[in-house]
Amino acid sequence: MKKNKIAVIAGTAEFEKVPSGIKGFDDITGGGLPKGRPSLVSGGPGCGKTLFAMEFIARGITDYGEPGVFVAFEEKIDDLKKNFKSMGFDLDDLVRQKKLVLDHITIDRSEFEETGEYDLEGLFIRLGGMIDEIGAKRVAIDTLEALFSGFTNEAILRSELRRLFLWLKDRGVTAVITGERGDRTITKYGLEEYVADCVITLDHRLMNQIATRRLRVVKYRGSIHGTDEYPFLISSDGISVLPITSMSLTHTASEERISTGIPRLDTMLGGKGFYRGSSILVSGQAGTGKTSIAATFIDAVCRRNEKCLFFIFEESESQLMRNMRSIGIDLEPWVKKGLLKCHAVRPTAYSLEMHLSIMLKLIGEFKPRVVAVDPISNLYPIGDDIQVRSMLMRLIDFAKSLQITGLFTNLSNDANSGTYTFEPTEMHVSSLMDAWLILKNVEGNGERNRAFSIIKARGMAHSNQLREFVLSDKGIQLLDVYKGSEGVFFGSARMAQESGEIDERLRKNEEIERKKREIESKRKLMEIEIEILKEKYAREEVDMKILIGQDISREKAEAKTTKEIATQRQIDR
Amino acid sequence: MPTKPKTNQKEKKKEKNEEPEGETWILRLYVAGQTPNSLIAFENLKKICEDHLECKYTIEVIDLTKHPQLAKDHQIIAVPTLIRKLPVPVKKIIGNLSNTERVLVGLDLLKVT
Repeated sequence: MKKNKIAVIAGTAEFEKVPSGIKGFDDITGGGLPKGRPSLVSGGPGCGKTLFAMEFIARGITDYGEPGVFVAFEEKIDDLKKNFKSMGFDLDDLVRQKKLVLDHITIDRSEFEETGEYDLEGLFIRLGGMIDEIGAKRVAIDTLEALFSGFTNEAILRSELRRLFLWLKDRGVTAVITGERGDRTITKYGLEEYVADCVITLDHRLMNQIATRRLRVVKYRGSIHGTDEYPFLISSDGISVLPITSMSLTHTASEERISTGIPRLDTMLGGKGFYRGSSILVSGQAGTGKTSIAATFIDAVCRRNEKCLFFIFEESESQLMRNMRSIGIDLEPWVKKGLLKCHAVRPTAYSLEMHLSIMLKLIGEFKPRVVAVDPISNLYPIGDDIQVRSMLMRLIDFAKSLQITGLFTNLSNDANSGTYTFEPTEMHVSSLMDAWLILKNVEGNGERNRAFSIIKARGMAHSNQLREFVLSDKGIQLLDVYKGSEGVFFGSARMAQESGEIDERLRKNEEIERKKREIESKRKLMEIEIEILKEKYAREEVDMKILIGQDISREKAEAKTTKEIATQRQIDR
Repeated sequence: MPTKPKTNQKEKKKEKNEEPEGETWILRLYVAGQTPNSLIAFENLKKICEDHLECKYTIEVIDLTKHPQLAKDHQIIAVPTLIRKLPVPVKKIIGNLSNTERVLVGLDLLKVT
């Protein structure tokens, strides 16, 4: 997919290219070396020129069915065979199959006298004979400049070299010619003058005591090519060129979600966990539980019957297994079942490139669904920020292209910081990551607790809440932290706060009960009072009625009396 | 004679000398077709042999264009190349042999003074 894309970009109005078979090289040149033309590969001693040339020939035979001729001016045939056997090329077999011709040309100036004019027709005949012998499509000459130490007449030599390059072109063979790097020129004797089409330089330099190999396409006539210096690796299966800046971001993003193994974390990540194929950074200070998160995740991966590759840079495999058992995670059965493969090695064991190449190789062989690296910060002693970053980018890109989920732990330097802040040291790695979980030590009340939060999770709703991270023999738990007017509490402070809250609640309940009782008694009192008043009223009413009755009878009596008196006095009116 | 060339292309010349020294020189001249340089080389070689070799000698001319395999087998790069097969040690001279003195030095017929 990636290759096609590049080919489309670079494929306009160009001459044909031949895949070199060297991993990554065909990507940066948009297809390989110019077909039917000579290319120059230059570099200092020990930078991999011979390997480049031989891999071009050998891969041409095994991968592209193009027979090849290899002419060695420096190494003996037996040495070549031996050296390349260790790289997995059986040159003897290729020779037997009539696919490969090896020739060693020795030129020892002390062996002969030069008298008068000559030419190098012998070399042409020799080459021509070998090309015809097997119908070779590819030719490698390593290193042509040996001729300069053999013959004194440089004028003849130069004209013969010019003729050689033209001749190779005429023969239509794709050729790789290696040359020694010069002080100011690409090659010591200026071979680049004769090769018009493609010039590649290889470099092997030391930076911070770590050797880095780099490849650059200096010139590629009529073709778009990457102009950067690309690091390349020499491993047991040959050269692999690794573009620092990936040529494309074309990997397809999966919608599938995978559990983190921590239910609460799944909840925080929108209830479903990480995206498959995403890259996850778990950073934190020493002892905050990064490895435990990684182990829990791995455990969950294996429980789903998926394969996982675990790169450990800090502990031995058995030490890690033992430690993880203490939090209730047993990874050993997964190893036995073949679902988990641990690769434990000190980062300083070899260079960054070598680590990367071994990682890529193991991933290629084991074909895991998940890759975990614990911790990436241990790579810093062997490379600077840019190198580690580019290495991780390459690893992540590779993993993503295969839909492999990557989990990387990172030890934060900022060990003394008690407050919850961003880690500037991680900033440059974090942009590579799709999700970033952070663990922090929080000190207070004479104890240290762990705070956990999600800094980012691309493409999913996620919780912004701080959680307390608790490790127990039952594994990882994420707990709510206490948040109140007095701040955020962790650990026992949280527990104290929580139990305080319970007391408070009980107290409040009692109060309410008491108030309730109070009201009830008040009500009862009121009711009694009402009864008394009623009674009082009733009594008064009766009294009043009696009084009223007395009054009426008294009036009647009075009226009667008056009448009687009047009658008595015989009043006339 | 340890090896015999498969063919002697241009000319095979034997010249008997009276001295019964028993020593025979075998000289091989590798050329690539009849180029001016190869013709010059052959002429020069013939002359040098006639002038300076008192013993029996053989000149074998090998045309690499006819026998390309020999270029590889005999480790020939430059042409013309003259090889003194016998007497041992094997001597190698490249070029059209125009510098007689150097040829003689190369063939051990003249000590460098």
